[in-house]
Amino acid sequence: MVFMIPVVLKNLFGRCATRPYPQSPRQLFAGSRGQLINDAGKCILCGTCARSCPSQCLTVSRKEGLWQYEPFACVFCGVCVEACPAGSLSQLGQWRPAVRERERVVLKVEVKSEKSGVRSEA
Amino acid sequence: MAGTILPFGPQHPVLPEPLHLNLQIEDEIVVSATPAFGYVHRGLEKLADIRDFRQMIQVVERVCGICSMIHALTYCQGLEELMGIEPTPRARFLRVIWSELHRLHSHLLWLGLFADAMGFESLFMQLWKVRERIMDINEATAGNRVILSVNVIGGVRRDLDSGQTAWILSELAEVEKGFSAMSRTILHDYTVQKRTRGKGALSRSQAMELGCVGPMLRASGVSQDMRLLGYAAYGELEFAPVVEQDGDCYARCRVRFAELGQSIGLIRQAIAKLPAGDTSVPVKGRPPAGEVVARAEQPRGECLYYIKANGGKFLDRLRIRTPTFANIPALTVMLPGIELADVPVVLLSIDPCISCTER
Ligand code: SF4
Ligand code: SF4
Repeated sequence: MVFMIPVVLKNLFGRCATRPYPQSPRQLFAGSRGQLINDAGKCILCGTCARSCPSQCLTVSRKEGLWQYEPFACVFCGVCVEACPAGSLSQLGQWRPAVRERERVVLKVEVKSEKSGVRSEA
Repeated sequence: MAGTILPFGPQHPVLPEPLHLNLQIEDEIVVSATPAFGYVHRGLEKLADIRDFRQMIQVVERVCGICSMIHALTYCQGLEELMGIEPTPRARFLRVIWSELHRLHSHLLWLGLFADAMGFESLFMQLWKVRERIMDINEATAGNRVILSVNVIGGVRRDLDSGQTAWILSELAEVEKGFSAMSRTILHDYTVQKRTRGKGALSRSQAMELGCVGPMLRASGVSQDMRLLGYAAYGELEFAPVVEQDGDCYARCRVRFAELGQSIGLIRQAIAKLPAGDTSVPVKGRPPAGEVVARAEQPRGECLYYIKANGGKFLDRLRIRTPTFANIPALTVMLPGIELADVPVVLLSIDPCISCTER
């Protein structure tokens, strides 16, 4: 115990080691795997992200033109971001803010006709 | 039968993890201890049936938060062996760097929890404050504080540039200063010695017979460390296992404390020798039918993966033997005869990770 006394006194009168959280949130480092976003303008609804996702929280439907994402099941691994051939997925340098309601992200994606499989379906 | 059965855990103020023991007590002295499992079983091995072999990397990382990187590393090394893939030299060294960062933060976490189990709160907080720097390194280099998710089959997903390696070295110097300042308290303090010396002693032959692994085994005088197998880049780095002879809680504490310095030394060596080149090799196809056993040294000891593939996308069987599973039988020998008040210290001395054990 005696060896710790100087440290304890230093901590008692020194600067605070913790942060007053909601007032000063912690800034994440560059390259942190934060919130996942999809740029609807770039997405080609190929479904690669949904097939590679380990937690199976993505659903892609070409027929309805929908890209759906279940953020509560996402583990923010970034596998989908690396797999996306169109480069439309990215992760922000901040975490998803806390919310009161469980929500699902449903994105309407317009796929240009020459790229889409909609035509062949007709 | 005389005595009282005392359920210790799964919810207990001193336990960081839901370990469950039924202690038979007589006059505050433990007569026998029976471990019980299953409280946090999540069926992760069974997920191999519905997640393909690549997605399983993210699943095995979640077997344990504290050794997430090394779980994924062991799994990837197993599949690489099965598929005949040789990861790039740079990837092998980067794997060592992240593995040792994991060992560092795990040992600091354990030293803190151990201090907490003794009731030494200020030491606990001080050690966790030092540990924060390593969590920052993890986040800055891998993208997350705990689940690094850097391993892929054939290499790693992230790279370190020269600015980052220089920053890691300067942060590690601070970490080293931080825990060295605690060395007198951890190794020579009267309170710590009183609570740990001679408690839960395990002789060399007992440790071997009970199948202990990692720091438990090394604290009982057996020089065994899976890193000596030379996986990743360990074969090209210089180190010797830290061994103590006494086999009690104090010896385990000394082993883990000395391993902090050893890990920092290994990271420095790996950064100095870091070869240029790609971080991963492209991997095509599926693992061929066959089985493989992969082993790696986690902060808590040897971890063993058995992988059986059938040539398809899904594995036939994945079996994970985690270090705590191997160390728990020792508790049945160490606990009888000690006072109830010393049970937390002896329990914590094996560094139990129950979510690992029950998967
Ligand atoms: S986000 Fe990327 S991978 Fe997913 S459907 Fe769109 S283009 Fe394909
Ligand atoms: S970050 Fe990982 S878990 Fe989340 S959607 Fe992408 S692949 Fe799935």
